[in-house]
Amino acid sequence: MYSEKVVDHYENPRNVGGFKKEEAGIGTGLVGAPACGDVMKLQIKVGADGRIEDARFKTFGCGSAIASSSLATEWVKGKTLEEAESIKNTEIAQYLSLPPVKIHCSVLAEDAIKAAIKDYREKSGSPAGTDGNAAGKAAE
Amino acid sequence: MATQNTKTASSTGLDHGVNVPKLPIYLDYQATTPCDPRVVEAMLPFFTEHFGNPHSRNHKYGWDAEAAVEKARAQVAHIIGADEKEVIFTSGATESNNLALKGVAHFYRDKKNHIITTVTEHKCVLDSCRHLELEGFEVTYLPVQQNGLIDLDVLRNAITPKTVLVSVMAVNNEIGVIQPLAEVGKICREKGVFFHTDAAQAVGKIPLDVDAMNIDLLSISGHKIYGPKGIGALYVRRKPRVRLEALIHGGGQERGFRSGTLPTPLCVGLGEACAIAEKEMGAEAERLRRLRDRFFDQIKARLPEVYLNGDAEHRIPGNLNLSFAHVEGEGLMMGIKDLCVSSGSACTSASLEPSYVLRALGVEVEMAHTSLRIGLGRFTTEQEVDYAVEHLVEAVSRLREMSPLWEMAQQGIDIKSIQWSEH
Repeated sequence: MYSEKVVDHYENPRNVGGFKKEEAGIGTGLVGAPACGDVMKLQIKVGADGRIEDARFKTFGCGSAIASSSLATEWVKGKTLEEAESIKNTEIAQYLSLPPVKIHCSVLAEDAIKAAIKDYREKSGSPAGTDGNAAGKAAE
Repeated sequence: MATQNTKTASSTGLDHGVNVPKLPIYLDYQATTPCDPRVVEAMLPFFTEHFGNPHSRNHKYGWDAEAAVEKARAQVAHIIGADEKEVIFTSGATESNNLALKGVAHFYRDKKNHIITTVTEHKCVLDSCRHLELEGFEVTYLPVQQNGLIDLDVLRNAITPKTVLVSVMAVNNEIGVIQPLAEVGKICREKGVFFHTDAAQAVGKIPLDVDAMNIDLLSISGHKIYGPKGIGALYVRRKPRVRLEALIHGGGQERGFRSGTLPTPLCVGLGEACAIAEKEMGAEAERLRRLRDRFFDQIKARLPEVYLNGDAEHRIPGNLNLSFAHVEGEGLMMGIKDLCVSSGSACTSASLEPSYVLRALGVEVEMAHTSLRIGLGRFTTEQEVDYAVEHLVEAVSRLREMSPLWEMAQQGIDIKSIQWSEH
């Protein structure tokens, strides 16, 4: 039922955890809804050169949701914000061989990346104006 | 019997001093049960040497098969306190429920057109009712209380002069709660309405007496009680007489209610399964209660925020339906691959709706997504229970560490205060 890659990411998830969301250079995305059965929190840490130097995630959801977010953290590392933003859910779904009923998991992972970047931009754009309380507002 | 599950298992890296039973461990006894070896033994001769058609009246092969079928019918009747003339063999509880609902509705359609059932019935009852609605019948779906039980006053008030049948399941397949059958039966008898109960999950697990409980029709399944799949029965009361319109027409077998040659080996298997269940019910219920408590007590002691769905008292001992807050059920199932259980989360199906039964109890959608149904049965051992607890505690702890909802709960953030996106 699950592909080998999904099982691998589920059993050995990469980059589980979190950064302090108030810290400089951190962007936090929180997407999904508990009532729908999946919630993803994805965080990026942007370096002085503008590239994403690290990423973390936590996910409430099925194996495909966990695998999609785990993979997303791997893929964004080392990328510029523009490059990370261009990651498509279809690429995630294809890489993990997700069946049609699990495509929404990859959509959520793409949304989580975009939400984290958006949060980072808002924070760095007007550092005094935002308190970085990303967990208090769901993205989109 | 229990020894079949105690062979040493392959290594899973999970043997913290707990003996490893044969894996995976089957804890889904409400989905189906294995045939009891004693049942299989009773059935075998009727596939080969005693292969006769039980409806052949002219020779010994037919007579032998008929005798076996009638013995089985008596065994089935006995476990529910019925007369054997009141038992019809069917292909299973789905057919029994279809026959009871459609059969009664169709036969009495000129006089009455109203049926009452509950929102937590099995899909085969609900779908039969939907079908009858399309034919023009009126159906009232009674709500259940937070504990999963119906409110008897609500039932009483729902009955009208047009009501022909009340169908209330004996034991719920997801949450294991036992409806107040005797009280429902009393109300129905007073009001002159037939009472049908889907007892697929109840037979052999709780004492049933169709006379004491005023039950007019009762559905039985073979494979839920360690009998074979493909066989069931419907009890149809003779006094006062309940009449039915048949669904399957043909040679007029089973009092004309259900044509078709009886599958002798399956009938024998169902009869034997009933006889064994009746004989062992008391001791087995006690054994399962101990195992269930052992399971739940350990889980509660080691994991916070685990909630029991359905009434704690009025439930069969072999069922636990638990919500593990902040851990999604399907993700959890993937983490406990050595345990065969069911999830209340419907993430795999096309819809994202979780269990309609849990929703009917008023369980929040997010909590319904975190539920597991754990079914213990005749071949469950203490060793399996202990292993399952270890496995489950480990998986839930790991997934909670990975859950953003758990993290928020630990930080005191109310997840209801967040405006979540719908998708």
